[in-house]
Amino acid sequence: MALHKVCGIETEYGIITRGFDSNPVVASSVLVNAYSGSFPQMVGWDFHDESPGLDARGVVLEDAFPPEVETHLVNTVLTNGARYYVDHAHPEVSTPECSTASEVVLFDLAAEEIIRESMRAANAMLPNGHEIVTYKNNSDGKGNSYGCHENYLLDRQTPFGRLAALITAHFVTRQVFTGAGKVGCEKPGMSFNSVPYQISQRADFFEEEIGLETTLKRPIVNTRDEPHCDPMLYRRLHVIVGDANMSQIATFLKVGSTAIVLAMIEDDFLPHDLQLAAPLPAMWSVSHDPTLRATVERVNGKRATALEVQMELLELAEKYAASRGLSCIERPGTEGEGTLILSTWREILEGLESNPSNVADRVDWVAKRDLISAYGARHGLSETDVRAKALDLQYHDMRPEKCLATRLGLRTMFDSAEIELAKTVPPSSTRAFFRGECLRKWPNDVVAANWDSLVFDVGDGPLRRVPMMEPLRGTKAIVGNLLDRAATPHDLLDLLGSDGSEDAYYRDPGMY
Amino acid sequence: MAERIHKQRQARTGDLTPSTEDDLEIASDATASSAAGSKLKDELDDLLDEIDNVLESNAEDFVKSYVQKGGQ
Repeated sequence: MALHKVCGIETEYGIITRGFDSNPVVASSVLVNAYSGSFPQMVGWDFHDESPGLDARGVVLEDAFPPEVETHLVNTVLTNGARYYVDHAHPEVSTPECSTASEVVLFDLAAEEIIRESMRAANAMLPNGHEIVTYKNNSDGKGNSYGCHENYLLDRQTPFGRLAALITAHFVTRQVFTGAGKVGCEKPGMSFNSVPYQISQRADFFEEEIGLETTLKRPIVNTRDEPHCDPMLYRRLHVIVGDANMSQIATFLKVGSTAIVLAMIEDDFLPHDLQLAAPLPAMWSVSHDPTLRATVERVNGKRATALEVQMELLELAEKYAASRGLSCIERPGTEGEGTLILSTWREILEGLESNPSNVADRVDWVAKRDLISAYGARHGLSETDVRAKALDLQYHDMRPEKCLATRLGLRTMFDSAEIELAKTVPPSSTRAFFRGECLRKWPNDVVAANWDSLVFDVGDGPLRRVPMMEPLRGTKAIVGNLLDRAATPHDLLDLLGSDGSEDAYYRDPGMY
Repeated sequence: MAERIHKQRQARTGDLTPSTEDDLEIASDATASSAAGSKLKDELDDLLDEIDNVLESNAEDFVKSYVQKGGQ
């Protein structure tokens, strides 16, 4: 029986400064600090899993551009359970752990709003004419890429070889609905204009089938083994092939379909001949062909289009749902979400098959393609006119008034009130609830946090670490009452049963 | 949320696109499908009418100066 698919998404945003020159690390730091500055106390990220005494408190900058910014400290944990930080010269938000695909969509939208609020706060501090602008995309069109990574909880017992081989077939072919669209080609050895328009932002940057890298020689399947939870029981699949989506439905289907395919792999429900014979060339050729006619070779020697492989995966998923159910991707109150993922998956594949423009309100690469071609037709642009690339970039602009994706009226799943709430309130059905609620209640006493622990300063004696090795504990159902009863962190630790001895820092009290 | 996914929200594009009830329900037949397609086309035309006010004024400079350090 497949494990519940706890999942999340982490997005690195493109960043530029206008009206002045700045190092992107500094600009990113200013952004994160501008947001942090709106709060009385931000809690830092704990990098040192084994050293509870070392903590990184968030810093609030008084001046917009101090000569030296302690960038390694620009790393905060929010009361919604998310992490907001500077990574590789980009501002990045990791959503809290979510228990459904729709929840990932909601917290990804909250992350966008956090980025927008940061821009407003930072730009208000800058002189007139100076501006920091961010983009939710994955490439600059000049060979530099930055990621939008997904994470899924898996059973440690699932053989990794089988997992890698089968999920690769999904990763290569799901591009038809996850692709955010890109003008030009950035694949090494190919000229920019050799592919006027392609489906994915990221496909050009993949050079290996499997491996540990995320910044060089990127692999389709990333083997990073850092579960951020009990390593004897779980694996965290770190997915680096995805595009950052502006379409909420695209994010929903990207996460939902992948969670279902992973559950099918865990339950050994997929025929092994779904594997692709040559995944890398398949990745590139699917992305480089917006007509969707390119075929990929399977290990059984047959060739199929990406849409055909996706339709086969969908039909298997429908059978899987009928025989096993989809409770592993739902939580109480969201029954029916599995069915919704399947129906959305079918509608989009059938739409792409008949006429992609019919799904332009849900699939980013189609929305962007139609916009660029309509603009080009109206103004008589050649295929290589630089304005096409400008439209491509501006599709992802995080300024609401400038964002072309926003103006296209893509279909949505959540309203602004729900998104506003998700900026500060954590998901209730994962350990993110415990993290977020502790931060909200005791911002001055939680001195550091990371995915699998919180460190408290209770005032008398050493810092106290509370481990959270179970992603599906620490939920509202399990600790909500306990948190209500605890007036202080001291009460909380007493209620959790920690005895305060040295090894208690490292021992899971077992109540969450 | 479940039922909402099928709803076209007009919140941010309300000024561009008059809301016409449920005609963007996911198409189950060719007629509905082409109706949805033509509505999208109308929306696109409206956007094109005003897009020049939104676009970066110098596309070439903008594209040239959009340079990022690689990330993950």
